[in-house]
This record gives sequence, structure tokens and C-alpha cells, in this order.
Amino acid sequence: MLKITNLHATVEGTEILKGINLEVAPGEIHAIMGPNGSGKSTLAQVLAGHDAFTVTEGTVRYENEDLLDMAPEDRARKGVFLAFQYPVEIPGVNSAYFLRTGLNEVRKARGEEEIDAYDFLALIRAKMALVEMDESFLKRSVNEGFSGGEKKRHEVLQMAVLEPRLAILDETDSGLDIDALRVVANGVNQLHTPQNSAIVVTHYQRLLEYIVPDYVHVLMGGRIVRSGGKELALQLEDRGYDWIREETAAAAATTQPAGA
Amino acid sequence: MAADNDTISGYAAAFEGFEAALNGGARSPLHARRREAIARLQEHGLPTARFEAWRHTNPAPLASGCFAPVMTAGKLSAEAIRPFVVSAIDGPLLVFADGQFVPGLSRVSDLPDGVQVHSLSAPGSGTAAIISGNLAALTLGAEHGFAALNTAFVRDGAIVTINAGCTVDLPVQILHVSTGQAGLTTPRTLVVAAAGSRASVVETFASTTSGAGVLTSSVAEIVVGAGAVVEHTRIHLHGAESLHAGTLHVTEAQDARFTAHTFCLAGRILREDVHTVLRGEHIESTLNGLSLPLGDDHVDNYTTIEHVAPDCSSHELYKGVVGGRAHNVFRGKIHVHQAAQRTDAYQSNQNLLMSDDAEINSKPQLEIYADDVKCSHGSTTGQLDPDALFYLRARGVGLQQARGVLTRAFAGELVDRLQHEGLRNHVERLVSTRLDAVLADQGEAR
Ligand SMILES: Nc1ncnc2c1ncn2[C@@H]1O[C@H](COP(=O)(O)OP(=O)(O)OP(=O)(O)O)[C@@H](O)[C@H]1O
Ligand SMILES: [Mg+2]
Repeated sequence: MLKITNLHATVEGTEILKGINLEVAPGEIHAIMGPNGSGKSTLAQVLAGHDAFTVTEGTVRYENEDLLDMAPEDRARKGVFLAFQYPVEIPGVNSAYFLRTGLNEVRKARGEEEIDAYDFLALIRAKMALVEMDESFLKRSVNEGFSGGEKKRHEVLQMAVLEPRLAILDETDSGLDIDALRVVANGVNQLHTPQNSAIVVTHYQRLLEYIVPDYVHVLMGGRIVRSGGKELALQLEDRGYDWIREETAAAAATTQPAGA
Repeated sequence: MAADNDTISGYAAAFEGFEAALNGGARSPLHARRREAIARLQEHGLPTARFEAWRHTNPAPLASGCFAPVMTAGKLSAEAIRPFVVSAIDGPLLVFADGQFVPGLSRVSDLPDGVQVHSLSAPGSGTAAIISGNLAALTLGAEHGFAALNTAFVRDGAIVTINAGCTVDLPVQILHVSTGQAGLTTPRTLVVAAAGSRASVVETFASTTSGAGVLTSSVAEIVVGAGAVVEHTRIHLHGAESLHAGTLHVTEAQDARFTAHTFCLAGRILREDVHTVLRGEHIESTLNGLSLPLGDDHVDNYTTIEHVAPDCSSHELYKGVVGGRAHNVFRGKIHVHQAAQRTDAYQSNQNLLMSDDAEINSKPQLEIYADDVKCSHGSTTGQLDPDALFYLRARGVGLQQARGVLTRAFAGELVDRLQHEGLRNHVERLVSTRLDAVLADQGEAR
């Protein structure tokens, strides 16, 4: 479904991603963990198509197409969804309108008919119940004045409405209470089918008790330095990142003695 | 003295011709006002580029060269005015063609209780006193000569009076249509809302042609009585080549609530002077404005809020979405007199530039002579928020549509402030259509 090969990306001339390799097969859930500033959000935003980042090297194939060649809207229409770490406030655009506009674009791309206001209401009610959000949010401007947790639920709501094939969740669990965490996990698990995949960026192994990953990757200094099963998350929880940092440095020293 | 003597002597000569054609009308109180106005015009002239108030708007296209007053109304059909009438409002309607009342297209009978509408050319019983007491009372001393030009050549106009304590639910619609006859037209409106009344008046300026060579010099005067609640909406939908210099003058008595909405949607040069005077205590006054110039359009909103009495508040929000090589100017003066203690005044001007060649000038001007006041102002200019654009695109919304969504949301704040639903929907459609054109006028596509 997704194949990232030797991906390098810069922001304002600084290289942040320094050769990412990652393959996600249909139905798989991958967790990405790593210290602050290691490039997790950069990777997520590059996959979604944010133009603040420049890809300088490497390729990303999505369902056998060149993902990097697509406009952000086309990626979304083809089933790529990013739940933002910092959802954007849009004053004057209410949530219902925002959700319906996005949904209709995605539906058109799938060859489906646009949904009318009546059917949309029925659909959105069901989805809101799933993420335990009050309907009053539909009338409010997108994310404006939402609490941190409400913003995250709203991201999951959007995901539930758009039903992406590849969901990328960037710290959707950060700042959530335990109930909200369960709600977010529910949202992801509902979407999870043998065809649909997810990349879950998180700092906490806690989330992975609800969303069970097939793989856990550690992103550090712009590279994936270690991959493993879900037990890797537990190890990180216990021991932090220093041991990986040391082992990575040692490995680099043996393979490249002249380096450093 | 005016720099351009030829222009003024041209108007003086035109005035003599106008006066000669009036016959008996030349002895009316209205004509006395015209005479005062032409004298004032001859004394003070029209603005020149040296006027501080015209710093960012070259007055020459409006003020140098005499625009021969249009003396006979062109033909106007019900079909032609349909797009400009708010069909959802089944209330009083006054239609003017080239400044002259058209009874056949208007709706002035079976009015709701408490409201009277008349045309200046056919005043009813009782309106004579209102005309002589109010017409030009507010604008004779107005800063620039266009108000005097209007008064000197005014032939007709709308007079709306609302009785004390009466509430008029349906907005009164006034439609000033230019049929494209080149020259000067002088639409005129007088609204007198007696104490405790409630009313809404909508004025639309429209044209059935591109309006080349048309100069509209409009004046509206509004008297808001004690405790009255008045909403006044001006929709500028002139022809793309039209020129307009307008004056809105408001006087407010204690406990009044007044709101003005100004939508500058089309016209080559649109200058609007708004001046409201808060004369009594506990007045709440609001000026809203939305300007959507494109191409080579030039819009200048020159506003003055005068706090004379204590304990009043005023709010002002003007926004612009500027495309092409258009130029949007805002001047917001808040004048707080010494006696106007505990004034609370807030002003904001926000602009979105949709092209690299678009230009804005924004100037707050606070003159505060009282010591216990809360006065603030803010001004922002920029492009659409790139993060919001990306957010929408990440949800499948295409770039052009995303720009539209954000721009509409920006402008929508002012549309949403209209109280009457039918009017709001009408303006929303007009704004939406215009925004599409502004959005398409990006100069270099990005
Ligand atoms: N627009 C930008 N301009 C400059 N630097 C940026 C920009 N965006 C990201 N960076 C830098 O890139 C690096 C990686 O940031 P990124 O947001 O990808 O980290 P992260 O792994 O998601 O961190 P966190 O766990 O704190 O969310 C950081 O050093 C950050 O400061
Ligand atoms: Mg991050």
C-alpha cells in the first residue's frame, strides 16, 4: 500500500528527514515513536503533502502511484488521511460545512454521488456518537475554542467520516484523558479492515494497548533506527531512548570507523 | 476656492438652467436648500489632491470636469430591477431611475403601521415640516463638496419616517438605479426614526449598464431618535465603470442603537464618507463595512464616529478582499469630545490581498479629549492562512475551492451581521458572486 524509500526532506534548508525507509502493507498498523524533534510530524506532513517541506531525495509509492507527485487534495481523495498533531482553527467555517465539503470531494473522487444535507446529518450523527462528541460542535467554527481533547476527537471524527485507506495519526493521543483515549482507539479500530492501514505516531505505549500495532518503529535524527513488534514499545516505556541512541552510535562507529 | 474653476462655473451654469426649468418649484423650501448648496459649492469647491481627506484617493476623476446633471429619467422595467430587489422582503419599496422616483415600480401603499414613505418630488401632508426641518440639516457643513453638489441638484429622493414607538419589521427598500445616462445623478435619502421606533432601511445602488461617464453623488441623512433602533444597509452594485461619491450622515439621540452596513461590491471608484454623531448618553453605534474591489477598482471608506456625550459605545469593523490591481482605503476616525467620558470605542480594519498588485491603505485616527475612555483599534493585512488552506486540502478540498471557503468565511462575518434573514441571504448571494470574481482576479496565479 505504502512504500517509502530513502526519503530525505528539508525545511527552510535544514534537513530533517535523512533517509526514511518504511513499507506498510494493507491491513497493517505501524506505530512510530521517537524523541521530540526527531522528525515524526515532518514525515506525517510530507506524506500529506505540506509544501513547507521539500523532498530532496527518495520516493514514496502509494497504491502503486507516486504519492509525492500528487497535490494534497488528491492524496486525501485517494484515501490518505492525516490527523494533525496541531489541528488548525478556521474561524467562520463551521464544522458541519467543513466535514461535508471534504466528504463530498472524497466521494466524487470515488465515483460516488454527493451527499445531501439530510443524509449527511444522519451520517454525521452516527459518527459523532462513535467519538462521543456533542452535536453542538457541528455549528461551531472548526477547532475554534475547542479544548485540546476536543480537537483530537474532532480529528478522529473527520477520519471516521472520510473513511481513509491509510490513516496517519500524529499524536492523536497526546493530552487525552483515559476515556478520550479509548474513544480515539475505537475510531481507529472501527476503520481497521484487512484493506485499511494506519500509521500511529505516539509517545505513549498506553495507546498501543488499545490500538495493537503490527510493527513499532523508532524514528531518531530523521531516520528509522529500530523496528520491532509491539514489545519494543514496552521496552521504550521502561528504558527511554538513550540505549537505542548508544547502540545506534556504536553500530555507526563499527560500520563507518572513519566517520564521527 | 476650488483649484478647478471651470468645473465649478460649469456646475453654476447648469444650476441656472436647472432653476429656470423649475418654474414655481423655485420658491419651495427645498429649493432654498439647493441655493444654499450651490453657494457653498462655489465658495468651497470640490476636493483636490491636496486635501488630506483625499490622500489615497485621487479626486480628479470625480471632481475635475463638470458632469452635466441628468435631467430626465431613463426607462426602467420590472425585469431590469429584479436582481436588485430583495424578493423575500414584501415591504415598502421605492425605486428611483437616474435619481427620479418611479411610482410604477415602487410599493408605497398598504404600508405597515407607523411608517410613511414618500418621494421628495411628491411629499405627503406632514412631510413638508420634516423636509424643511431635516433635509440637508446634517450635511450642509459636510467636509467635502460632494454633499453640496448633491443638494444643489437634488430633484427627488426617498423620505422615510417612522412614528414614535413603532416597530417596522420589514426593511424599507430603496433602489437607486442608473440607466447608464452619462452625467451627474443625485440620489437622496432622509430617514427620521422617532423616539422608541425600530426600523431597517436598505439602499441599493445599481446600474443596468457598465456606467461609463456616470457620476453618482449620493447623500443619506438619518435621524435616530431617543431609544430608537435603526439598521441601515447600503449595497453598492454600480456599473463596473461608474464613479460614486457618497455621504451618509447620522445623528443619534440618547439610548439609540444604530447599525450601518456598507457593502462596496462594484464600481470603478467608490468613495463613501460616513459620519455619525452620538449626541446623547448610552448610545450603541456600529459601523460595518465590506469592500470587494477587483481589476482597477478603487474603494475609499472614510468614516468618522463622533462621541459627544458620555457613556456611549461604538464598534467599527471594515473588511476588504482585494483582487487585481485594486486599491482599498479605510480611514476610521474616532473623535471623543471632552464631555464624552466613559466612551467605549473599538475599531478594526482587516484586509485580504488576493493578488500581488492589490493595495490597501488603512488609517485609524483617534482624537480623544476625554480622560476616562476605552478606545482601541487594530488593523491586519495579509494573505489567506496557509495552514488553514493546507488543512482543507488535506481533507480533499481543492486549492481554488479552499481559497473560496476561507475568503467567504472572512467576508461572511459582515454578512452574518445583517439582522433580516431575507436580506442576509440576498447579500450573501451578491457577495458570493462578487468574491468568485475577486478570487479569479489574482494577477499572477500562485
Ligand atoms: N516549519 C518549520 N521551520 C523550521 N523548523 C521546523 C519546521 N517544522 C519542523 N521543524 C523542525 O524540524 C524538526 C523535526 O520536527 P517534527 O515536528 O517533525 O518533530 P517530531 O518528531 O514530530 O517532534 P514532537 O515529538 O515534539 O512532535 C524539529 O527540530 C523542528 O524544529
Ligand atoms: Mg510531532
